[in-house]
Amino acid sequence: MYELTAPATSCSVDTTFNHHVGVWADARTMTARSLRLSLRSVDGLITALAVPIMLMLMFIYLFGGVIHTGVHYVDYVVPGVLLVCAGFGVGTTAVSVAQDLTTGIIDRFRSMDVRGEVLITGHVVASMARNVVSMTLIFAVAFAIGFRSGASLAEWLGAVGILALFILALTWLAAAIGIMANSSEAANGMTFLFIFLAYPSSAFVPIHTMPSWLRGFAEFQPFTPVINTIRDFLDETPVGASAWHAVAWSIGIIAASILVAGFLYRRRTR
Amino acid sequence: MTARAAIEATGLTKSFGSDRVLDDVDVAVPAGCILALLGPNGAGKTTMVRILATLARPDAGRARVAGYDVVSQRKEVRRRISLTGQDVALDGLQSGAENLTMIGRLGGMSGRAARSRARELLGQFDLLDAAGRRVATYSGGMRRRLDLAAGLVGRPEVIFLDEPTTGLDPYSRQTMWGVVTQLAVAGATILLTTQYLDEADQLADRVAVIAGGRIIAHGTPGELKRRTAGPRLEINLIDGPEFDAAFAHLGGRVLHVDRSKLTIDVATDGGATEVRSLLDEIDPRRTRIDGFTVRSPSLDDVFMAITGHSATELEAADV
Repeated sequence: MYELTAPATSCSVDTTFNHHVGVWADARTMTARSLRLSLRSVDGLITALAVPIMLMLMFIYLFGGVIHTGVHYVDYVVPGVLLVCAGFGVGTTAVSVAQDLTTGIIDRFRSMDVRGEVLITGHVVASMARNVVSMTLIFAVAFAIGFRSGASLAEWLGAVGILALFILALTWLAAAIGIMANSSEAANGMTFLFIFLAYPSSAFVPIHTMPSWLRGFAEFQPFTPVINTIRDFLDETPVGASAWHAVAWSIGIIAASILVAGFLYRRRTR
Repeated sequence: MTARAAIEATGLTKSFGSDRVLDDVDVAVPAGCILALLGPNGAGKTTMVRILATLARPDAGRARVAGYDVVSQRKEVRRRISLTGQDVALDGLQSGAENLTMIGRLGGMSGRAARSRARELLGQFDLLDAAGRRVATYSGGMRRRLDLAAGLVGRPEVIFLDEPTTGLDPYSRQTMWGVVTQLAVAGATILLTTQYLDEADQLADRVAVIAGGRIIAHGTPGELKRRTAGPRLEINLIDGPEFDAAFAHLGGRVLHVDRSKLTIDVATDGGATEVRSLLDEIDPRRTRIDGFTVRSPSLDDVFMAITGHSATELEAADV
């Protein structure tokens, strides 16, 4: 043992932090932080505002002419564009989570006893807020270029509810990816996987037009029931079992992502 | 008078895989003191700090910080410490004031209290003019200052500074030194790591020299310096042949030579009489010596005396 018989100035510092604020106050602070960062990130803003408009216009005016779905294409494609944009949007979450975990800020938060769940919750809430803006924008553009729906209020609520639940699921998945990734670039790359997953689904072309080997995959992957449910709600078709599949997928993804995120977070910060 | 130890660790050991980065390290810092953990890259400094700041668990050994165990009572420890690491831990997209206010809020302050504490610290660290600017636009030195300020929002009892001045320009380094000294005067206990010998010398009450995961020497900066037998006279010869002649003449009295600079170090008491007679002895005709310096041994000399290697050699051996 090495003894320090030191210039023993008496040390009495008042600690002004009381730290009994609890999880809710911390969650509010972290959410405010994530929202502020969202509003100031040029990348994030382009993803949230410009991509939705561009995708909507691209599908209608570029591809819409050659794709025959039996209905007015804008009415067909809106759910698909919503989900692709949601995929892009949650990419921002994966990147921000990865950034927090690969810079010194995670040590600062941890040494202040901010819980991992609280930090991630801030990112999740910010993602939902960004997506509210993106989704509203998509509907606005869709209406402007001819989208019409005779859906009742209940059907609208159903469509929006399914959409919100699935975006929440994608967001948690993105958060888990952000924790898993070793860098924000890696996180960004990994989220492209599930943006791409939206294409071999009923999002842009009817599944029966795909080669048979792809059809099985397209029918049973999570994007398809979500898109079909939203589409059925909006064009007043009776909603079938796809709604239950969509809900089951969403809840399953959320539960699995939270478990994996928790496990990975504890492992990384041990 | 026995001061309460604010940091007390015994037998700390930590390995990453087969690499033992800390090997049975003991350390104790009384409240209100500054301890410098001095060592080359890869010596185990950062691991030591991370264990004491509850961010890593030791494989063996125990540590108490501010009176609480860093493993079983980590929450209590976290309320009383701050860690300023080597990476700047701030949001580039938030302003300086917003960053500090956020930290205050996370520490349980009201919005108002957090904002006023933020202003107070920004003033103290000479950052008021930049308070509203995004941190991404700050210079390196400003960021480090803000980072340190962020660690102080909650007036921690124990402050860990992991290489606080690495990569800073001389002006920012001086500012940082001033701030650290003020903190100690205000009563905080500080453990700082550094690779800079002059920094440990300048700031610390106590220095622990760490290399290869072990503390190889400890004491006050003065004690460590005394190990190298007092002041030395550094003589600068005019050319190579004269250097060789003087070197041969002095023989065993030589402490250190640098042939490329044509300098020879010999021990002296530092007094005018002895220095004068030494100079006359080596250069009776007053033609050989170009210049001389009497200097106290630096901590680099200490490193040499303890390990037989210079700090940079140790660092190279470690890589």
